[in-house]
Amino acid sequence: MTPTNKPLTKNIEPGRAPFTFAQYQAAGGYQSVAKALTYKPRDLMKLVQDSGLGGRGGAGFNTGLKWSFIPEPDGGPRYLVVNADEMEPGTFKDRLLMENDPHLLIEGMITASIALQATMAYIFLRGEYKEAEHALQQAIKEAYDAGMLGKNIAGSTMNLDMALHTSAGRYICGEETALINALEGKRANPRFKPPFPQVSGLWGRPTLVNNVETICNIPGIVNNGADWYKGLGFNGQSGTRLSGVSGRVKRPGCWEVPVGITFRTLLEDYAGGMQDGYQLKAFLPGGGSTDFMLPEHLDLPMLAGDVQKAGSRLGTSLIMVLDDKTCPIGCIHNLIKFFAHESCGWCTPCRDGLPWVEHMLLKMEQGKGELKDIDIMKEACGYMGPGNTFCALAPGAAEPLQSGLKYFHDEFIEHVNHGCKYHNH
Amino acid sequence: MSNLIASTAPKARQLTPEEIHDIEHEKTHYPYAQAVGLEALKIVQKYQGWVSDESLLAVAQYLELPPDELEGVATFFNMIFRRPVGKNVILLCDSVACWMLGCDGLKDHITKRLGIEYGQTTADNLFTLIPVPCLGDCDKAPVMMIGDNTYRNLTPGKIDQLIDQCKARG
Repeated sequence: MTPTNKPLTKNIEPGRAPFTFAQYQAAGGYQSVAKALTYKPRDLMKLVQDSGLGGRGGAGFNTGLKWSFIPEPDGGPRYLVVNADEMEPGTFKDRLLMENDPHLLIEGMITASIALQATMAYIFLRGEYKEAEHALQQAIKEAYDAGMLGKNIAGSTMNLDMALHTSAGRYICGEETALINALEGKRANPRFKPPFPQVSGLWGRPTLVNNVETICNIPGIVNNGADWYKGLGFNGQSGTRLSGVSGRVKRPGCWEVPVGITFRTLLEDYAGGMQDGYQLKAFLPGGGSTDFMLPEHLDLPMLAGDVQKAGSRLGTSLIMVLDDKTCPIGCIHNLIKFFAHESCGWCTPCRDGLPWVEHMLLKMEQGKGELKDIDIMKEACGYMGPGNTFCALAPGAAEPLQSGLKYFHDEFIEHVNHGCKYHNH
Repeated sequence: MSNLIASTAPKARQLTPEEIHDIEHEKTHYPYAQAVGLEALKIVQKYQGWVSDESLLAVAQYLELPPDELEGVATFFNMIFRRPVGKNVILLCDSVACWMLGCDGLKDHITKRLGIEYGQTTADNLFTLIPVPCLGDCDKAPVMMIGDNTYRNLTPGKIDQLIDQCKARG
C-alpha cells in the first residue's frame, strides 16, 4: 500500500460514520502495533525523535525527546495520558480527529505505550465533547474485543489497559500537571516542575502526557519511517498538521496541511479569503493565548521560529481572523474574560491580575476608560508574564493583550476619548 | 444547640442501585477511590439533574473521601451543578469566535424569549441558560449545546425552533 500523504485524516470523509475496528483494520489500521512490538522501546523513541514530530498541543516540543526522559521500568505502573481537553479559544482540531477516526488515536496510544512500556493509558476528554465520548467508548470496546487491549496485547507478552476519563469543564486541565491532579480526583491546580511527569506524574509514577493530534501521528511514523514523515512537510519541513481558520472568512474550517505553508496559503487557498465587505485587520495564529499578528505577516511560514520572530507563538496553528468591522478591544476583552474565569486561582498574578485587566477593558468598551488604564494594563502584562506564575495560563492570557496594546494603540486612545464606535456586538 | 444543628444539617442520602453500579464500573479504571470523585459526581448529576448536598455527602461517604475535599472538586469544575437546573440546560458558547459572529445577540434573544439571564432557570423548570467557554466548533460558530447535543451555525430563528422542540417535549 502506498503511504498516504495525509496520515491524520486519510480515513475521514465528511458525513460518513467513523470506521469500525474491522473497517479501520481493512484500511491498513493497527499495523503499527505489531511493528512496534518488534522494536526495542528506546529505538522506538529514537524513531519518533528522528521524525521531527513536535507536540501539537501548542508547545511544539520534540515528542520523541519528551518520551526519552521517562526512566527505565522498575516493575511498577507507568502511564500514558492523552490530553483531549481541547478548550483553547479558537481551537477545533482534536474534536475532528476523535469524532471521525477514534481508532487512529487508540492505535497511536497503543503504539506509544509500547515505546513507553506503559501499563495503563488514559484519555482525558473534555466533558462537553459528547460525540467524541461515544465514538471513543465504542472504539475502546472494539479494541479490547479484538485483543489489542487487555492482557497480551496483539499476541505479545505486554499488558495494556485503557480508560476514558471525561472532565467537567476547566481550561486549566489542559496544563499537563493540572491534568494529572484532575485525573487523581483533585482540584486541577498545576504542580511545580521539576519533577517532570515523566519521572513523577500520576500517583507519583512515570507518566507521559501528549496531545491527541501528536499521538495520532505515531502510527504513520512507525509504519512508514522517519524519512517518510520528514518528506511530508513543505519546503523541507517535517510532517503534516491540522490547521484551520475561524472568523469572517469565506470557508472557515480545519484541514490537514503540510507543515511549513504560509499563513496566506491557509487563509486564501484553504479558507477562501475574507468574506466580502470585510478586511483583515489582524489574526491570532494559534489560539486565544497567542499574540496578534498583522496582514504584513501573512507570507511567513507557519513555523514556530518564524512566528516567534514576528513576536507571537504558533500555538495550536488554528488561526482566528479579526476583521475591520469587529472591535479589537472587545475581542481582547472577550479573551481576557475567558482567561480570568478559567484561572484556577493558585497564584496571584493570574487570579488577581486577569480580573483587574478585564475590568479595565470592560470600562474601555463602556466608554469609561482612562488614559492611565493603558499604562496600567501594560504594566500588568509584565506581572503576568513568564517567570512570575506557576504555569503558562497568565503568560498566555497576556499575549493577545500586550500585542493588542501595541498594534491597536490608537484604538485604545480612541476608546478613551470617544468610547467604542463598533456596533456589531 | 448541638442537637438543633445536627438535625438541620444535610445528611447523606442513599445512592440508587444504578448510581452505585455506574460508580463501581468507574472504580475499575483507577487504583484509588479519590480518582473516581468527579466521575461519581457526574454520575449522580446524570440521574438527579444536579448535585445536592445530600448527594455530595452520599458520594463522599461511598468513596470514603472527606466531604470538604469532594466539595472542593465539585465547585472547581464548571459543569458540576451544585444548584438545581432546568430540564434543558442551554450552554451558549461565548468565546471569541462565537463572539465575533454574534453570540451576544443570541444571548439577548434567548433572554427575551425565555425571560432568563445567565445562571437562571425558567419558572416552568424547562430551561437553564449558562455560558460555556469555546466549544471547539469555531468554524461553525455561533454554537451552543442543549443537554448532550451540539447545535451549530446558529441564528435566532434556529434557536426559536430548538426552544419550540424542547417545549413540545415538555
